[in-house]
Amino acid sequence: MTNITMVQALNLALRQEMEKDDGIILLGEDVGVDGGVFRVTEGLIEKFGEQRVLDTPLAESGIVGMSIGMAAYGLRPVCEIQFSGFSYLSFHQIESHASRLRWRSQGRFHVPMVVRTPYGGGVRALEHHSESREAFYAHMPGLKMVIPSGPRIARALLVSAIRDPDPVIFFEPKALYRAFREEVPDEEETCPLGKSRLVLEGEDLTMISYGAMMRPSLDAASELKDKDGIRVEVIDLVTISPLDDELFVQSVKKTGRAMVIHEAPRSFGPGAEIVSRLVEKAFFYLEVPISRVTGFDILIPLFSRENYYLPNVQRIVRSARQLLKT
Amino acid sequence: MPRNKINISDEIEHLSVLNEKGQLDKDLEPEISETLLLNIHRTMLLGRRFDERLLNLQRQGRIGTFAPITGQEAAQLGAVAVLRSSDWMVPSFRETAAEIWRGRTMESLILYYSGFNEGGRIPDDMNNLPVCVPVATHLLHAVGLAWALGYRKKDDVVMTFFGDGATSEGDFHEGLNFAGVYRTPVIFVCQNNQWAISVPRSKQTRSQTLAQKALAYGIPGLQVDGNDLLAVYSAAKEAVERARSGGGPTLIECVTYRLMMHTTADDPKRYRKEEEVQEWVGRDPLPRFQKYLIENKKLLSKEKIDRLETEIKEEIQAAVERAEEQKSKLKEPLEMFDHVYAELPKNLKEQKAQLAGELSGNKKEDGHD
Ligand SMILES: Cc1ncc(C[n+]2csc(CCOP(=O)(O)OP(=O)(O)O)c2C)c(N)n1
Ligand SMILES: [Mg+2]
Repeated sequence: MTNITMVQALNLALRQEMEKDDGIILLGEDVGVDGGVFRVTEGLIEKFGEQRVLDTPLAESGIVGMSIGMAAYGLRPVCEIQFSGFSYLSFHQIESHASRLRWRSQGRFHVPMVVRTPYGGGVRALEHHSESREAFYAHMPGLKMVIPSGPRIARALLVSAIRDPDPVIFFEPKALYRAFREEVPDEEETCPLGKSRLVLEGEDLTMISYGAMMRPSLDAASELKDKDGIRVEVIDLVTISPLDDELFVQSVKKTGRAMVIHEAPRSFGPGAEIVSRLVEKAFFYLEVPISRVTGFDILIPLFSRENYYLPNVQRIVRSARQLLKT
Repeated sequence: MPRNKINISDEIEHLSVLNEKGQLDKDLEPEISETLLLNIHRTMLLGRRFDERLLNLQRQGRIGTFAPITGQEAAQLGAVAVLRSSDWMVPSFRETAAEIWRGRTMESLILYYSGFNEGGRIPDDMNNLPVCVPVATHLLHAVGLAWALGYRKKDDVVMTFFGDGATSEGDFHEGLNFAGVYRTPVIFVCQNNQWAISVPRSKQTRSQTLAQKALAYGIPGLQVDGNDLLAVYSAAKEAVERARSGGGPTLIECVTYRLMMHTTADDPKRYRKEEEVQEWVGRDPLPRFQKYLIENKKLLSKEKIDRLETEIKEEIQAAVERAEEQKSKLKEPLEMFDHVYAELPKNLKEQKAQLAGELSGNKKEDGHD
């Protein structure tokens, strides 16, 4: 057991998996000598060499496209796109090929690759460095889209993503990279893709969230408990797509009240799908309309105003109280 | 059916006028008016000192991340100095000196790097596009602008800036190709500063030069000493004249060096040696140009430079103060709903009202109840 940050936990997952499987290749901009701009791949080029950790030329389409070829041959490329805001330069490779090769070749080829990329606000960065656009990738059939919410799960989830036979988009909440530490066991842990997690049990209200928004959601839950005596159930989706609706449908059947919290823009965001599932599968259990606490339908402002854009504890608490009042 | 040689142009020249020892090649010396020379020098010095001040502000937490330009002033100013104001400039994210030359105020830059969208506003009479962070993506915008100028029968040209790393992106190649196919009046200025964050130029491409990439697209390419203001100016002048007279695009590779960190979030000690940096300090474009102005042109003196330094220091200080004053007036978060659409759609009107309600509620909670 060691007490480590998410950056270190991700590094541990990569290191241990690379030791086990020499088909795992890392590639991306600055992932080698520099150890990645957030240091997630620190020390790996020294340990595994330039054949397995590739400092690529500056081309996202090149990184993802080449990974697809490697994966088709049976390797397990784990590529890094420096910020999710630059992943659109590889969008066509992901949409037109990574997500389709299995289907197009009728099972002859598949693409067991992972695209790791930091997403989300809260680090006072420049334009294109703060957005939360998981919906783009969650909307692509053939692709899996996952987001961890802390060091321990990040490590386990990355291991499972690497071993998964299908292409996985792995969004890393950059605001949490060094925000807190968790005990992470040395021995192997996995986290099944397509399964959400019950993080806090409660009776009165269900909060559904993921990634960086798990922290304000949990803080809001504890404030509601302390100040209002409201017992909130909190669910971490972990996988955005394919969405596991079993746990949250069950939970809402129990509580009758639901909130979805994400920093992505509201319209057509993951919340829209979650609410639809609840309407389809738990409609008669709902006591009040479902509420969404999300980013606004605008581009996330430059950092002086980003805190007004991002959902926060206050906003979540207020919305929860509203739900309980009705 | 033998293998016959196809004769294509495969010549790439390297241009140097004022070498690193400050020796001048008289035959190549461009004709530049005294006023222009002094203006260029002033902006070079201002760019350098402003960079230092920005770094200082960043370290104090008063502004956010920015990309320093120190060492690249000649590559930027030698090129933009050739433009007239009706021409267009399409920057990437490391063109502070060029932007100042084109009329961007220091306070707008400070505001932008302080995380205020208002700092990105381009005045209506300035033909610049805003800063572009996604590498190489703006090259095609430059080509489109240039095509539009031709369509409207204007004799203005477009100059765009980007780095060595940018030449690896697909958009770079599409940009050069489109410009070649449509013969648009665009000048591609590559600031080859040897590094793309931690990746050295040698790992970016197997090509011996970046300038030679022009040849594949049937357009002229030229490599210049990017720390030699006179060489950059000459190359840019030739390219701009060609573009203006209907001769189409040019790629200029300015060989220069990023003397500071990639951005303030970067630590260059992780990937490059101090000796390399020191080698390039010896090729610094600023003292080289100053020596030329003092010794060859007799336009400057040590005293004049000192006076200029004081003047510039005050000018920067005034800009910092103006920026602080503007920031204090810009606390209004509701403005983040501005400029997303021409007209705010209904869902955004609702969301804006929701935030407004929240903000006035907060005031109450803060004790005005
Ligand atoms: C499409 C894209 N990918 C990645 C980045 C992150 N990034 C910012 S600058 C940079 C290196 C750019 O190198 P170069 O083109 O040589 O320009 P320089 O920074 O040296 O001026 C990278 C990788 C980005 N801004 N855009
Ligand atoms: Mg560079």
